[in-house]
This record gives sequence, structure tokens and C-alpha cells, in this order.
Amino acid sequence: MKILAMDSSGQVASVAVLENDSIVGEYTINYKLTHSQTLLPMIENLKKIIELDLTTVDAIAVAKGPGSFTGLRIGSATAKGMGLALDKPIIAVPTLEGIAYQLAGFKGLICPMMDARRNQVYTGIYRFGESGFEVLLDQTACGIEEIIDRVNELGEQTTFLGDGAIAFEEIIKAKCTAQVSFAPIHHRLQSAASVAVRAKEMFEKGLFESADMHRPEYLRKSQAEREREEKLNAN
Amino acid sequence: MAVKILALESSCDETAAAVVEDGREVLSNIISSQIDIHTLYGGVVPEIASRKHVERVNQVIREALQAANCSLSDIDAIAVTYGPGLVGPLLVGVSCAKAISLSTGIPLVGVHHIEGHISANYIEHKDLEPPFICLVVSGGHTHLVVVKDYGEYEILGRTRDDAAGEAYDKVARAIGLGYPGGPKVDALAKTGNPNAIPFPRAHVEDNGYDFSFSGLKSAVLNYLHGCEQRKEEVNRADVAASFQQSVVDVLVEHAIQAVKEKGFDKFAIAGGVASNSAIRTAFEKRCAEENISFYRPSPILCTDNGAMIGAAGYYEFIKGNVSAMDLNAVPNLKLGER
Repeated sequence: MKILAMDSSGQVASVAVLENDSIVGEYTINYKLTHSQTLLPMIENLKKIIELDLTTVDAIAVAKGPGSFTGLRIGSATAKGMGLALDKPIIAVPTLEGIAYQLAGFKGLICPMMDARRNQVYTGIYRFGESGFEVLLDQTACGIEEIIDRVNELGEQTTFLGDGAIAFEEIIKAKCTAQVSFAPIHHRLQSAASVAVRAKEMFEKGLFESADMHRPEYLRKSQAEREREEKLNAN
Repeated sequence: MAVKILALESSCDETAAAVVEDGREVLSNIISSQIDIHTLYGGVVPEIASRKHVERVNQVIREALQAANCSLSDIDAIAVTYGPGLVGPLLVGVSCAKAISLSTGIPLVGVHHIEGHISANYIEHKDLEPPFICLVVSGGHTHLVVVKDYGEYEILGRTRDDAAGEAYDKVARAIGLGYPGGPKVDALAKTGNPNAIPFPRAHVEDNGYDFSFSGLKSAVLNYLHGCEQRKEEVNRADVAASFQQSVVDVLVEHAIQAVKEKGFDKFAIAGGVASNSAIRTAFEKRCAEENISFYRPSPILCTDNGAMIGAAGYYEFIKGNVSAMDLNAVPNLKLGER
């Protein structure tokens, strides 16, 4: 079982190779260069240094969204090109689940959040329970107040992570009635190794798709579509 | 051995792929147009275009390979448009092409979109070789170029404001024809009088080869406003025909002047607007009078397509111009830059 995983949904660019029960290599950067300049050179470097024969990969995993629209497309187009060339399927991992897997095995609730601007976040609520990974709130786009309300309703110890947790740390601390904590910096953002671990579980459950059919999940329509719908609804 | 290029083009609203042999023989040319969707918005919406490219890119590549009766193992190089164009759409093609190249070891060649348009002429006219002068007219570009050699260009003139195709789109909107403006104005103009309204022919003072179309567009809008105020009925066919005549006159005059002054005997047109019937007819006539050999791609090669990128990519590839994995989309890439 070999998976090449990538995540370019946020500022972090990350690629990793999972083989059976180990991460053979991971390359992660959080730097100003755009993913279009970094993602493929990172895969190329990782491939070279771990002597990876891409034809031996079973599937390509990609953080499918939500995230930066452009970032998601660079990841998806890359995964699709590789899937087409290698004739391999794509495991489309929900971005928030990939981030949650940074804290796989932790007690309590896991609430990853990505800053979606204008006091909005992409977020979800997860738990690593006795029976495995549980989705309490599937990934969604909502206001920061709304997700805090949900966490408060659940009333359990919750660990926050993701760039949204950094951006809204003060609000979370002020408004959360449950016991809260924040992931340490090396577990806080996207990581392709976490995407790969989640992807392996999904693959074993048959949750994968063809490279041709794969597309990102933006969770938001384009501005032009939203405005057009508003206009049509108003009439 | 023949050199086969798989080419990808996604700089605007067509997702396109082609297989081209030795830069001149088109084995397949698949174009998936998004025009129906963008028509709803009166023009290309970059975010929607980008999303559609991701959805369709693999199928288009697969179709191109199938239609050419080959597989990736038969391909010698992958050519991809990396600029100029809309950055979101460009990134889809570039990312996908890089991924295929890395996965297979097939060399990657980044291609300039305008170089592709010019190279469409090599496909249509097997005997055409540089040097010649080419006028590139499209929705985003108006360039008068000396093609010195394959991949070597000198820009003589360019538009100072709107591209020719942009002026068509704006005028089409003003007279209620909608998007895309070029073919609709062209069709309506056939029933109008091109001399009915004396719209201006713009000349740029400091470079006689440069173009300017914003004044012409304003003149059309002013004319329409004037009619509205005087409550006169507008003859839309006359407006379309007179506007088009003004564009044609300026394009022909500048281009033929360049061909004569620079001492060339071959002239080509390229780009989406080069499929305009009035422009083609005017150049055919004038080139015949001036004893200039005239070249133009058939309409399917004028529109954005993969075959033209394959033609341009071939000449870059045989010169040894291959791209690395850090190839980026460059929305305002200049012609002749690499």
C-alpha cells in the first residue's frame, strides 16, 4: 500500500509518501512562494531522495477542499495529471479531516478551522473515539460565532488548530465555555502526512474516485454565481 | 522519426488538447468550449472558467490521445500554454502538464499563447516559413509582429488600450447583441452599410504601427447616445457594419504599411478575430493588389486550440527549450520572453 499525498489548500505546501505503516518521506513548507512554483518541485525532490518509482504508487491523495480556490486547483490539477499519467485513482480527502489527523488519537474534540476571511471559517468537529474517527460536524463554511456555539453545545474539552485557530484565538478563548486548548505549532497547520494517513483509511473503505472525475470541493460558489443568483432571486 | 507533441491550452475559456506531429500535422484537436456558461455573465468569469478547466482537463486530454490513436508512451514532449492569459485558467493546464511530465519523464515545453496563434499558420500552410509579418488579433491581444525565425519575434506595434476583440465585445453589448461580440457583429454587419456612419480611424502619433480602439468604441457609444437623445431609431446593422469597417481599415492599413516598409513579401493573420469574414476578405483583396502572399488559418485554428500550441511547442522543443517543474503561469508574459 503506497500513497502519494499532497495538500495545497492553504499557505502550506506539503507532499508525503506513505508506505504501509510508515511515512517514508514528507516535505512541507510554509513560505511565501506560490504553490505553482513549489508543489511539483517538492514532489520531484521527494521522489528523487526516497528513490520513489511513481508507477508503484497505489493512489494519489489530495486535500480536496475547502481552501484557497487557486491552491485547491493546483493540487487537484496536479493529482489529476498524475492519476491520468499513472492510471491511478484519487483519494479526495476533506481538507478539515486532513488537518484533524494532525491530532489523531488525541482525547476530546478536535476543531480544525481555516480562516475564510470576513469572520468566516471553514471548520468541522471531529473525535478520535474508541471505534475510530468520528465526524460530529462535517466540514462547512460558517461564522466564527456559530462554530463556537456548536462547541459550547457539545460542552467537551476541545482542541483547536488550523490557521483559523490562530486568527481567532482571542475570540475562542473569550467565548468558549468548554475547556479549550490549541495544538502546538508543529501540529497546527496542514500536513500531507496527515492527509496520507486519512487517505489510507478512506482507500481501505473504498472511498476513492477516478482521476478524470475528481474535482475540488470549494464549499463556496464563485462571486459571480452568488451575485447572479441573488439577482435572480430578487426578481 | 516523427516528433509527437501533446499540447494543452487553458488560457481563457476553452479547455483544449491536441496531438501534433512535427509541428505541422494535426493528429487530433479537441476543444471543450465553456461559452454557454460565460454567456450568462456577459463575458468570461475567471473563477468559473478555472473550475470548468479542472473538471474537463483529463477528459479532453484523453480524447485527444484517443483521436490521435496514441498513448502517452508515443508522446515525445508535452507543450502547455503558460501565458499570457487568465492566471487561474492557465494554472490548471500548467499544473496538469507538469504532473504528467513528472509522472512519465516526458519533457515539458512551456509555450507562449500568442506564439501558438502565429504558429497556427504553420499547420494551415505547410510551405510557410519565417521570416514574415503577422497580425495577431484576438479578444485580449492586438499585435503586429515580425516573425524573424521560429520562436524569434520583434513586436512592431500593439494596442495602446482595448484589443480589437474587446472593442467588438463592447460594441456588441451596446447594440444589444450580447457575448461573444465578434461573430455577432460580423454577422449583423453583412446586412448593413459600412459607409453609413463615419466612425474614426485612430492613428497613434509616436508609433504608426500601434493601434488604439478605445476612441472608436467611445464614438460608437456617443453615436448611440445621440440617437437616443434625439429619439432617432438606430439602424444596428449600419452601426455594426460601419464600426467593423473602421476596425478593418485600421488593421489593413497598419499591417500593409509594415509589410511594405520592412520589405517583406509574406503576411499572415492569427488569433480569434482573424476568423472575422470582413477582415479576411479585406486582407485577401489588399494583399493581392500589393502582390503580397497572404496566409490565414482556417477558423477552427484561429480560435484558442491545442494544435497551435503543439505547433509552437514543436519548434521550441527541437531548439532544446524545455521547462522545469517550477514552470509558473505568467498572465502578462511578453512575446519572445522565456
